[in-house]
Amino acid sequence: MKSDSPTRVGKGKVVTAVFLKDIQIELRSRVVTNQVLPFAGLVMVMFAFALDNDDVLQRVAGGLVWLATLFSLFIIVQRSFAIDTADGALDSLRVAGIDLSAVFFGKAIALATKLIALEIVLICSAVLLYRVDVSATGLVLLVTCVLCATSGLAFVGTLYGGLTAGAKGRETLLPLLLLPVVAPVLIAATRATEAAFGSGGAQTSEGWAWIGLLAVFAAVFGVGGSLAFGSLIDE
Amino acid sequence: MSQVLQRTSPTGTRTTKVIGALALLVMAWVVVSGLILTPQDVVQGESVRIMYVHVPSAWIAYLAFIFTAVASASWLISKKHSMGFDRFAGASAEVGVMFMAITLITGSLWGRLTWGEFWQWDPRLTTTAFLFVTYVGYLAVRRLEGSVEQRARRSAVVAMLAVLEIPLVHFSVVLWRSLHQGATVLNPNGDVKMDDLMLFTLFSGVVGFTLVFVWLVLHRQRTMLLVDIANRQGLDAAIAARQTESLVK
Repeated sequence: MKSDSPTRVGKGKVVTAVFLKDIQIELRSRVVTNQVLPFAGLVMVMFAFALDNDDVLQRVAGGLVWLATLFSLFIIVQRSFAIDTADGALDSLRVAGIDLSAVFFGKAIALATKLIALEIVLICSAVLLYRVDVSATGLVLLVTCVLCATSGLAFVGTLYGGLTAGAKGRETLLPLLLLPVVAPVLIAATRATEAAFGSGGAQTSEGWAWIGLLAVFAAVFGVGGSLAFGSLIDE
Repeated sequence: MSQVLQRTSPTGTRTTKVIGALALLVMAWVVVSGLILTPQDVVQGESVRIMYVHVPSAWIAYLAFIFTAVASASWLISKKHSMGFDRFAGASAEVGVMFMAITLITGSLWGRLTWGEFWQWDPRLTTTAFLFVTYVGYLAVRRLEGSVEQRARRSAVVAMLAVLEIPLVHFSVVLWRSLHQGATVLNPNGDVKMDDLMLFTLFSGVVGFTLVFVWLVLHRQRTMLLVDIANRQGLDAAIAARQTESLVK
């Protein structure tokens, strides 16, 4: 006998659907590829102009990679939620009665995917432009650092992006809210990346201590974000 | 204005007047004692007098942010979602940001006189600066457009996220600084030996600033209530005007 009660869509299906939706929008619009990536590359070049010293650039390459990532994060998050707000997609998801924490994870995974693509380009730029070296053990640390830091950035970005979605002045409000929150990620990811690059004589082993902090940050904001996201977009 | 506004318009009560008078009295004592009666410090000289403002304002700022977090949590947990919790949280954060700004400014002035620099990348200073920016962001969130309920929900969640954020920021900055050079001129922990009058003046400052904080928060939350009532009445008046207009047609 067929039940009258509405079928509840599984959390995994919602996560996948939201993730695929965001990625499909990117594949069609190519905003990250055509605008954010060139912007981030330009920022790396501008840093080189500003610092104008090969030794200094090698020393601070890790920090510059993550600063460029943060600047790009604001653009990607704003773009992602601007589309959803303009089309009323967030409202539609809300009234659809689906689990909003699944929407949070779907959007966060899509954001993380875009960020990882961006970070690969930025790290390659650092190797080419700033002449940093990455050893085999450094590469393992670097990959772990990228995965942990990106998870944290994606969770926080999605959370605060949802909060400022549709708000007047969100372009300036988002950095104001996000920058203090992501400070631990900037510090930890920079130190871990410097250890991976061997900047300033840093040992690869020194970097692993920072990975723990990045993992804790990602876990805290993953859980916090999944609990709070529904309340923040409930307009 | 309507009856509701007329009934609630004075933000002062007998209690707030007593608190205000006490605050004035204690602050007057702190000014006289801090600037005239207390001796100068053996090491810091006259600059130690900044401490009578700096330490109490830092204490009040932290107290205010704890108060905001507790009021926000109360709003989220309570079944009735009383707007009083939200207004107390907002008022406390506003006053806290003001005192945190005073803390940072007086701290920089003291640092310039004592360490020779306006700023040291000390974990405590850095975390304080982050705390300041975080709560400036919290106040910006409170000013986002939307209903009173939306404001309360959004700001309560942001206040709770700040509670998660601050320990992480502090821990990361402590780790960061542990690998770098610390303060070189003078330990910025403020571990100074004080004579009895200096200690009493500092304690009076803490009491006086606490009274000022309570007085400001009580008045501010009542001002917020008046603003909310005025906004609601403005909407009601607009709806009534439209209804009258449609009836006339």
